[in-house]
Amino acid sequence: MTERAEAIAVRDLHKRFGPLEVLKGVSLTAQEGDVIAIIGGSGSGKSTFLRCINMLELPSAGSVTIHGETIAMKADGHGGQVPADRRQVQRLRSRLGMVFQSFNLWQHMTILENVIEAPVHVLGVRKDEAVERAETLLRRVGLYEKRDAYPAFLSGGQQQRAAIARALAIQPHVMLFDEPTSALDPELVGEVLTVIGDLARERRTMILVTHEMKFARNVASHVVFLAGGVIEEQGPPEDIFERPKSERLRKFISSIH
Amino acid sequence: MSDQTVSALALTELPSKRSFFKPHRIVLIVLAALIVFSVVWFMRWDWVPKYSGRLAYGIGVTLLMLASTSILGFLLAVPIGLVQVTGPWPLKMLARGFCTIIRGTPLLLQLWLLYYGLGSLFPQFPEIRNSFLWPYLREAWPYGVAALTISFAAYEGEVMRGAFAGVPKGELEAARAYGMSPFTAFRRIWLPRAVHRALPTLTGETVLQLKATPLVATITVIDVYSVISKVRQETFITYEPLLLLALIYLCLTAILVVGFRWFENHIPTRGA
Repeated sequence: MTERAEAIAVRDLHKRFGPLEVLKGVSLTAQEGDVIAIIGGSGSGKSTFLRCINMLELPSAGSVTIHGETIAMKADGHGGQVPADRRQVQRLRSRLGMVFQSFNLWQHMTILENVIEAPVHVLGVRKDEAVERAETLLRRVGLYEKRDAYPAFLSGGQQQRAAIARALAIQPHVMLFDEPTSALDPELVGEVLTVIGDLARERRTMILVTHEMKFARNVASHVVFLAGGVIEEQGPPEDIFERPKSERLRKFISSIH
Repeated sequence: MSDQTVSALALTELPSKRSFFKPHRIVLIVLAALIVFSVVWFMRWDWVPKYSGRLAYGIGVTLLMLASTSILGFLLAVPIGLVQVTGPWPLKMLARGFCTIIRGTPLLLQLWLLYYGLGSLFPQFPEIRNSFLWPYLREAWPYGVAALTISFAAYEGEVMRGAFAGVPKGELEAARAYGMSPFTAFRRIWLPRAVHRALPTLTGETVLQLKATPLVATITVIDVYSVISKVRQETFITYEPLLLLALIYLCLTAILVVGFRWFENHIPTRGA
């Protein structure tokens, strides 16, 4: 292990939906520059896990630490827990760049307005500064010409690239990708993966829930296999994909090839 | 471009110059000109100059009534719609009850209950008679404004409820994920998104509101309808004032529709 700062540390995370326990104690640490791919079958809890990191889902138990700062939780009186300080959650969220499966761009704003929204109205960046940075980002994801278009007029791939630019605009400590290509037509997947791959190559810290195994293998520094609400196996991509140890992982990998 | 936008263009944009002079159009234009000519020539319009000042005043009052009650009503409708979507249940029930009662009774009845009911109760209380509000409460127009505002709030409250509920969850989630406070998310994402969804319905409702304003004439507010009634009483002319009144309301409606369309087309969202 090299001496890198810890970007995200999740300890013993549990998540229950009523009687159903989706996550049964998941711990994961991401160092600066790690690209962690979370794989697993549907219903394995991988999206829930990702959404617990920025408290879009409230973990029933366990702790989340972002850049050394642990999110304070308190009991909610029903056996679960809620954030003790809403402002702390808002502050920590504002440095986590979330990319959703269904893009979730704000439809009443142009692409540029989408990208500058959080910097201006959450982080308090001056508007001209935000616009300048947004234009650089949009150029980077190949959408500079579309900056004044509304999301509904863009293809899925373009929308997702815009959503990535929106996430980058807040200068995130960590990027969180929640199945970023699952809602895309097959021919549009490539353009989005190219952008994400570029980010991985510049050693940006990322946690990525994905079904694209080939991609996970190529860009991830660390692969986590979730099954039945626990981490069944984890390690460098070569080990996971070439030398799977557990039976479940072996089955999973053979089922997707 | 959606079908709606296309039909809006028919109202706001005239056909090009060349296609204007097609045979069927020429016939229609001639017919229209004939009607206008005979209306102007064979009917009596000599009273118009005499009443023009009062008519202008009446139009002003009508517009003032429309604008103030639509704006106030809409401001009330936002919380009424919102609590029905996210509020605690007592507020939810209260808002739902309000909408049901107001939408389930005639506006004329509400207006009269306010003016003849409440308005006649007020003078019995010396506290009210001595308050600074009395000079206003003695007049008729506050009751008209109140009744029209309440009615608009109830109808728009329902519209806003649907609009708030219809904003995709994912967009609100994205707002939270980027660290927006509930208030910022409401102000920047939820409300503008809902208003835009509600805008086509709002156009129609505002036009209906315009045509509800003549009811205030029944409680002695002098709007344009009331001026025309006065003309009929004083001159014993029946059709001409009514025709003019129809024309005035048509023009006002057209202006409203065109204005709202412009607003709508300002944010073109496909399938949203």
